[in-house]
Amino acid sequence: MTIVENLRFLGHRIVNAVWRIGFASRFFILILFYSGTSFRRFQLTIKELFSSGVMSLIIILVAGTFVGMVLGLQGYETLKRYGSESALGSLVALSLVRELGPVLAALLFASRAGSAMTAEIGLMKATEQISAMEMMAINPIARVVAPRFWAGVISMPLLSALFSAMGVFGGYVVGVVLIGVDQGSFWSQMQAGVDFKHDIVNGMIKSFVFGVAVTAIALFEGYDAPPTAEGVSGATTRTVVESSLTILFLDFILTAFMFQGE
Amino acid sequence: MSSQALVEIRDVNFAYDSRPILKGVNLTFPKGKVIAVMGGSGCGKTTLLQLIGGALKPSSGYVKVDGQVIHELDHKGLYHMRRRMGMLFQFGALFTDMSVYDNVAFQMREHTDLPEEIIRDLVLMKLNAVGLRGTHNLMPAELSGGMARRVALARTVALDPMLIMYDEPFAGLDPISLTVVGNLIRSLNDALGATSVVVTHDVQESLKIVDYIYFIADGVVVAEGTPAEISSSDKPFVHQFVHGEMDGPVPFHYPSSNYEQDLNLRPGR
Repeated sequence: MTIVENLRFLGHRIVNAVWRIGFASRFFILILFYSGTSFRRFQLTIKELFSSGVMSLIIILVAGTFVGMVLGLQGYETLKRYGSESALGSLVALSLVRELGPVLAALLFASRAGSAMTAEIGLMKATEQISAMEMMAINPIARVVAPRFWAGVISMPLLSALFSAMGVFGGYVVGVVLIGVDQGSFWSQMQAGVDFKHDIVNGMIKSFVFGVAVTAIALFEGYDAPPTAEGVSGATTRTVVESSLTILFLDFILTAFMFQGE
Repeated sequence: MSSQALVEIRDVNFAYDSRPILKGVNLTFPKGKVIAVMGGSGCGKTTLLQLIGGALKPSSGYVKVDGQVIHELDHKGLYHMRRRMGMLFQFGALFTDMSVYDNVAFQMREHTDLPEEIIRDLVLMKLNAVGLRGTHNLMPAELSGGMARRVALARTVALDPMLIMYDEPFAGLDPISLTVVGNLIRSLNDALGATSVVVTHDVQESLKIVDYIYFIADGVVVAEGTPAEISSSDKPFVHQFVHGEMDGPVPFHYPSSNYEQDLNLRPGR
């Protein structure tokens, strides 16, 4: 390829990227603008809460338990070197509510519910269901997209809290029941080490932000998907990749603001 | 066609990027009639429906429905107009997460404050009109292609529209379903006092049910007339289309370079 062709290719990619960012921003604003229906007819949002939130429960609960168990094992091995096994409860809980709970729950949510949202909206578009709704004078953003968005935003912090709770349970099973760390120390250190506002509320804020990001990306990719099998499959993949990277990037930014200079 | 026009399409030009689709077309759809718009694939038939429904805006010219220029309507005005239109999509476009009953009830619930008992009666009446009252508990995945098309037709006429648009309503149907759908298009139009626009390739079925036919090719109206006039037309394009001939104004071969050159044949061999 000549230099001119390379430049043209690069320019084309940049213009496309800027166009997509603009379209995504407009789409996000439209979701917020047409959110009234999601609250006036809350049963629409509840239906989506079931498919995105309740149906993600199994993977969240199981993954949370195992992550907590691994934290219990690894934490015990490390703390034992310094004779601080009693701080295991604090270590498990802080790791979960500050970082692992929000981040891992969001990554799992993106893979399970986010990809499903993209595929569903993409297929609705491919089978002309979205166009049919438009022709019936029913705004698909208000009727289909916004309820899914708010369901994702509401369910993400709840799933994150459940992930952390199951993680603490997993850490307890490994640390206290299997290894034999003192039960009183485990819980009292946890109670002393975890601050409600500083740790739990900040963790919840993180998961709320992740919920907004993951759901908005999933819905945009579905709505923007070319109406073909290949288009929907590509959009589903993009949802998982973009959501995962966005979660990790946002986690760094939020952590830097929330926990700096401790 | 002397009746008062419900849809007027005047000097409409439309292009996707730099590719012209419609080049100054003029069509009139009178009230109460069933009109077919025919032409080869990609000739702009579906684009025409999208222009009437306001999903696309013409590059120039206008589409007027019931006296209102569609592309000049604001969002609210367009949605108000669409509530008086119905559109049957090529493969029905039924909502796959809803039952047959909920699909037909969808617009009634969204656009009216009717109590559920009245909606139930209306839904069963609409389904009965298309012969599928017994399917109201089924999901779209449990229906055959022809049944899905009929359910979609019941949903299309749920709010008794003044204008019904059909995008390839006969595509992929077996002969029985095809006749059933064809007859339903005619009978529903007459029963509702509506106006119907049928975009289709199916010449024989259309000739039986429509009042008037427009032929579009290369973005312009190349022929028009009643079914009798079209059947006896000696215009080359219409003749080829109606009789399904392989070659004619629409060539069998896609334009290409010289065949002998492509096969590397020397002259004289």
